[in-house]
Parts: sequence; structure tokens; C-alpha cells
Amino acid sequence: MSGSRRPLSLFTTAVALSLVLAACSSSSSTPSPGAGSSRPRAGGHLTFALGSDPLCVDPHQAATNDAVYAARGLVDSLTDQDPTTGRIVPWLAKSWQVSQDASTFTFHLRDGATFSDGTPIDALAVKANFDAVVKLGAKSIFGSGYLSGYRGTEVVDAHTAKVVFDHPNAQFLQATSTTTLGLLGPASLERSAESLCTGPLVGSGPFLLDRYTPGRSVELSRRANYTGGSSLWKHTGPAYLNAITFTVVPESGVRTGSLESGQIDAIGGVAPQDEAGLKAQGEKLLARSNPGVPVALSANAARPEAGDIAVRRALEIAVDRKQVVDTILSSSYLPATSSLSSTTDDYRDNSGLLAHDPARAEQILDAAGWTPGPDGIRVKNGVKLDLKVILAPNFGPNQSVLELVQQQLKKVGIGVTLRILTIADYQQAQKSGDYDLAWGNGTRADPDILRTAFSSKLLNLSRVQDPELEKLLDAQSSAADPAKRAEDVAAAQRRVLEQAYQIPVFEMTSVYALSARVHDVSLGSSSQVQFHDAWLS
Amino acid sequence: MRHYLLRRLFQAVFVLWAAYTVSFGVLYLLPGDPATIMAAGGGDATTVTREQTDALRHQYGLDQPLAEQYATRLLHAVHGDLGRSVQSGVPVTHLLRQALPTTAQLAAGAMLLALVLGSAVALLGSSTRRRWLRQLLLSLPSLGVSAPTFWVGLVLVQLLSFHWRIFPAFGDEGFSALVLPAVTLALPAAALIAQVFAKSLRTALAEPYIQTALAKGASRRRVLFGHAVRNASIPPLTLVGIMAGNVLAGAVVVETVFARPGIGRETAAAVTAQDIPVVQGVVILGAVTFVLTSLAVDLVHPLLDPRIITTTRPAVAA
Repeated sequence: MSGSRRPLSLFTTAVALSLVLAACSSSSSTPSPGAGSSRPRAGGHLTFALGSDPLCVDPHQAATNDAVYAARGLVDSLTDQDPTTGRIVPWLAKSWQVSQDASTFTFHLRDGATFSDGTPIDALAVKANFDAVVKLGAKSIFGSGYLSGYRGTEVVDAHTAKVVFDHPNAQFLQATSTTTLGLLGPASLERSAESLCTGPLVGSGPFLLDRYTPGRSVELSRRANYTGGSSLWKHTGPAYLNAITFTVVPESGVRTGSLESGQIDAIGGVAPQDEAGLKAQGEKLLARSNPGVPVALSANAARPEAGDIAVRRALEIAVDRKQVVDTILSSSYLPATSSLSSTTDDYRDNSGLLAHDPARAEQILDAAGWTPGPDGIRVKNGVKLDLKVILAPNFGPNQSVLELVQQQLKKVGIGVTLRILTIADYQQAQKSGDYDLAWGNGTRADPDILRTAFSSKLLNLSRVQDPELEKLLDAQSSAADPAKRAEDVAAAQRRVLEQAYQIPVFEMTSVYALSARVHDVSLGSSSQVQFHDAWLS
Repeated sequence: MRHYLLRRLFQAVFVLWAAYTVSFGVLYLLPGDPATIMAAGGGDATTVTREQTDALRHQYGLDQPLAEQYATRLLHAVHGDLGRSVQSGVPVTHLLRQALPTTAQLAAGAMLLALVLGSAVALLGSSTRRRWLRQLLLSLPSLGVSAPTFWVGLVLVQLLSFHWRIFPAFGDEGFSALVLPAVTLALPAAALIAQVFAKSLRTALAEPYIQTALAKGASRRRVLFGHAVRNASIPPLTLVGIMAGNVLAGAVVVETVFARPGIGRETAAAVTAQDIPVVQGVVILGAVTFVLTSLAVDLVHPLLDPRIITTTRPAVAA
């Protein structure tokens, strides 16, 4: 029996090799680039591959990026946010006022806008929507934060709605531009939360929900009588595309191959290692950093090691962010330069504080009494500088990135142990505090995400009580004047980095690939895909 | 016969209850609960407060004592109500009904292919007089058993979908979409059948009655198909009954690779989110499938070998 093993294993290897080689020598035919007119053409059916099942396409409850891609076209919002400037601009509301203490917001609605069932979009509908989102509670995981302290909406007249909060809530203005606070028809709001997840839905946007089949696809079609449009769009009135189908294709390699072989028009969740191949095939890549908190190690300051500011500062400058991006990720990704990513409103470049300087890191650790032990890992008063990092596998390259960071930190004498956990275990560990550093990010186009992440009243990722930081976070939350708010946000960003509560590494990035026949797909302020101006050649 | 069927029915009910209870226990032993996972929203920072998460927990009855939750759910399940998915709010029976045809097609296609392919390899390998061909054919099953399904699926998709563009890479519409996933799922099953069938053929061909048949002047073909196959097919048939469950497990991988919205994908998603009602629905479905296929196999046995009498024979692997 043992005699036959060898030829068999050789045979196995040969078959395996030949198959892999065949798979690598991919077709040499390149699709012709989008030749022809560059003027938008109405019509056509676009297919888009999502990485995960949206689970719920009700815009109020949509909890993942994939759900938001599908839901965005179903609803218009009161405002829109310019992705390049961060400015809030008119959409369903033509103008608005914010009270001095940022606790009351008055919106003046545009004339003539209607829901897909023909009912007018008026102040009563605005009130019904916000009331409904509050009632959803935790089922609207974003809305519950956007509307925290919601006292109610006053219907001043048919076109004027006044939203009142118990406390200052400056982030609410940006929140009105999100998909989560998009407007559904009153007819839909009367139905149960569960039934809204799968539709039918009466929306206010340029697309209608034809069907959502859980696990399979979301089918949208153009709303012919749509008259509105955000002030940021290239055209108003009905969308160009006749229909969009979002199909769930979980494997990133299958999404990529399906695009390259012409089986699908556009894909989301492009893996960093697939980008070069897609570009070489002539597909268009669309990438934008997600606004909010970059992918970072949040220090657990309640523990003796990460509680030492010297350790945290050393971590900040011992990480070589450029190497991480260059070797593990792709050119679409940016190294982190602040405690907010560069696409967030009021972001400030603080790369000076984060410059890679391992020699300085060693000096800081030496000065603080952390001296190298026999195995090179530093020790102080018998405590070994071996940090437990927890991570969840919610982004493919997470582990590779952290293994590289582990090597970088080892050079300055900081040991790192990686614990890869399921999302449930990760949360459990976060709650119990059994970790030194927690790996994660948070997406939000408004800088208030800093308060969400660091305020001791909210998530408090770093388990700190820092009155100075708290003061800055509260100040930005109650500043109605954008210039004043920007100042407070800038100071808070700096404070987080100076105290090194968090070691930002890179900016999470949404990467899409489109076939050459797809034009004018745009990315919104949260880096979500938008299809109102999109057309097919 | 009636006594036998009654006993089998009783056994089936016990298997279902045990599967339900064990899966319930396991799901509750896991850290966290579906409400917390939902509030986490895939890991992004959200501002869901503790009170709101508690409200959600209350809504799903997750705050009740464990025994009460178990009793309530079991009672509803007996009445055919498996509850609603925590994640999407869709009734579990509806989810399963929607996903089942996709998986049933896949499983049936794969089993059929596995039977044909596995038997062909075993028969050819056992009957050929060419040494090299016999060697090659009989070493194929080991290859098939050891190649990871995930990898096989990706290689097939690369070649036959992306490169030659013969079959679609994803979806479940039409026959062509069934080919690649069914082949992927069938290969390891075929390999197992071939291994077992080849071995039992070898045993059967060494029996004295084969010598007798040959001595009486029967052709090799007649001896193989008329005598050996019939006697050698009981072990692989028993295997088919057991494999029905394995095919469901294999569907988790295959349906993910080929983006088929079936039971396997539903299971993977539900387990990740600890969507208890859905996971339990799948467990019950799996148990029912298992009970039915092993019953079918038991009933076929006496047709192949009259010495086996169902009334006295204990159940197979129940």
C-alpha cells in the first residue's frame, strides 16, 4: 500500500498544478473601452454584485453597507452632503435654520415633491418618518443615535417642519442627509418593522423596490414620475437606468471573475489583491475612503500597559503605516493621518504626530522605565509589555495587516498577541475589558463619530475619563456655527492623538469596479454608490 | 411491517426532538446573543444604547428564563411555527420554503452525479484487465476525497465560467447554473462511493460463487453485473443514506462559492448572526432529511438482498 502512495501524490500535484496554471493564464481579450458618445443614454438594466445579503432593505433599518447601496435609491433625504466639501446642501428641503444651541432644526420643504404613491411630501410626512425611526429603537442601529434626545417634530405649516431635541445635537443636520433618515411614504410607516424589511415600500427616491428576495437579490426599477433630485446630481427628473438588480455573490474572487467575464456590470467589496488584475483587464475602479474613525487600535487605558501614555505614544510612532498600505493593501488605501479619516467633515491632517520614528519610540519607552527583557520584549516592575489585541474578521486583510504591525512593534520591544474572535466574542471581550488593544473602525461622515467612540457616556472605546476631551466633544455637539464646530473638532482630534487613546493605522476604503459600459456612477459622502445619474453605453 | 414502521416513526420523532434540544443548548451556550450582534451592525461603531438593546432582547423573548424560552419555542415548533428570523423578521418557514428548492435541486443533481460517477469508476477499475488503468482509476477516489470542495469550486469556476464562459458563475436560474455547483458537490461524494463500492466489489469477486459462475461458463460481464454488483451494492447504498446529510453540509461551501441562495448559505449566515430561530429551523430540516433517507435506504435493502428482513433489522445509523 505504501508503495502506491508516492505516484499518487505526484499525480495529485500534477493535476493541481495544471489546473492552477490554466486558471492563471486568463483570457487575453480585453473588453473594448467605453467608446461612443459620452452623452447619457436612457434605458438599460444594470446588474451589481453585493458581497453580502442586505437582510433588510428598509432604508430606516438598513444596517450594512450592502443594504445601504440597495436602499439609497429608494428614498430622498431632506438634505444631501457634498462629498468633496462636506457641506450640507438642499435636497427635499430647500433651506433650514439651526437654533443657537443646535437643539432645534427648522426645515422648509420644496414644493411639488411626492412619494411614489402620489401623496405629497409635506411636514406631516417628515414628522411621521422621524417618529417612526425613534419607535424602531435598536432596530435602526444608526437612526437611534442620530435622533438621540428627540423630543418631537412640530408641523409649523404644510411645508415647514421643526425638529426639537432635549439637548444640543449638532450632528443631526448631517444625519438628515443619510439613507437612514430618508423619507418613506406614510402608507409604509403604518406597517410593521418586519414587513418593511422585505417590502413593498412606498419611497420618495428615483427608484422603486420591485422585489427583495432574501439571500438572492434586490430588484429596483425606475420611477417614471420622479421629479426631484439632490442639488448635487447632474440631472433632475427620472433616473436613466430602467432597472437595477443587486445580486448577492459572497465570494470576492467570483465577483471579480464575473465582472471580467462580462457576467455582471459592477461589483462592490473589491479585495485589495484583485485591484491590479481588474485594472489590467480594463475595468474601472472607483474607490473612496470611508469617513469616520479610521481602522485603528483602540487602547484599553484601564489596563496597566495601555494605561501608560508612554506605551501608547510609542505604539503610535512605532507603526509604519506606509509599509502596511504598500505591502498588504493597495494604492486605493491611505495611511491614517488623524483620528478621523480624510473624507470626514472637519478632518485635520495630524500626520506630524503619527510620523514613523522607531528610535524615538524606543527612547520614550526607555525613559518611562520599560527596559528590554531577555527575549527583547520590554519589562517594567515585573510586567511584560505583551499586548493582547482583539480583532473580528470583518475585513479580509485584517489579520495580515496586524501580523505586519506585530513585526513592526517587535522591533521596538513591544510584544503583541493576536486574538481573532467572532463578532459576538469580540463584543463580549470589549464589554468585559479583557484586552489591551481593540482593532476596528467606524463609518460616519459627521465628525460627531469622535464623541460616539470616545465619550465616556457613549462607547468609550478607550475606557478613559478625560474631562478635557469630554468638554471638546460636548462643545462640537452644541455648536450651531460651522466654523466654531470645526475648531472644536480639530482640537478633539488632536487631543485623541496626543493622549494616544487610539493608534490609527489606515483609512477603510470602499472599492468598486465597473465594466467599461457603465458611466457616471457616483459615490456619496459615506462612500456609498449612487445610481441616479448612472447610464449604460 | 406495520410494527416496524411505527417503531421507525417513534425513532424519527426522538431524533427530531434530540436535534432540536441539542442545537438549542449549543446556541445558548455561545457568548453574546442575536440582539447584541444586531446592535453591533457588523462591527461598525454604532450608538445603540443598552436600554434599546434590552428592548430588542425583550421583543424577541430573549430575556425570559431559559426553560420558558425552550418550552415556548418547542410548543410552537410542534405546531409548525418556527418563529421569525431575528435578523430580517421573515418567518423561518417562509425562508426555508424559499431556499429549499434551490438546495434540493443541487443535492439531487449532486447525488445522481455522484452515484453514476462513483459506480462507473469502481466498476471500470474492478473489471479492467489493464493494470495501469486499474491503478489510475482506483487512485482517483483518494484524490477526490482529499481535494477541498472550496478549492475545487474555485478552479471549476475559473476554467469553465471565467475562462471558457460555458456556465454562469453564480445564481440558481436554469440548468446551466446547476452544473458547476452540482459537479463540485458531487466529486467528494462520488469519490467516497467509488472507494466503498470498489472495495465491496473486490470482496464479492473473491467469493466462491464467482468461481462457480465462471466455471459454469458465464462471461466476465455476466458475472460482474449479474452476480457481484448486486451483492456488492449494499455498503455503497447505506453510504448514500448517510451522505444525504453530508450533502447539506457541503452545500454551505458550494452555495457560498456559487452564490446560490439555498439552505447552506442560509445556515452560514444564521450561525454567524446567532439567528436562533433560523438555525433551529435548518437543524430540524436536516434531521427530517436524514430520517427520511435512512428510512428509504432501509426499505430498499430487502429488495437487493432478500435475506435482510425489515421487521427484525435494527435501524441504520439513526
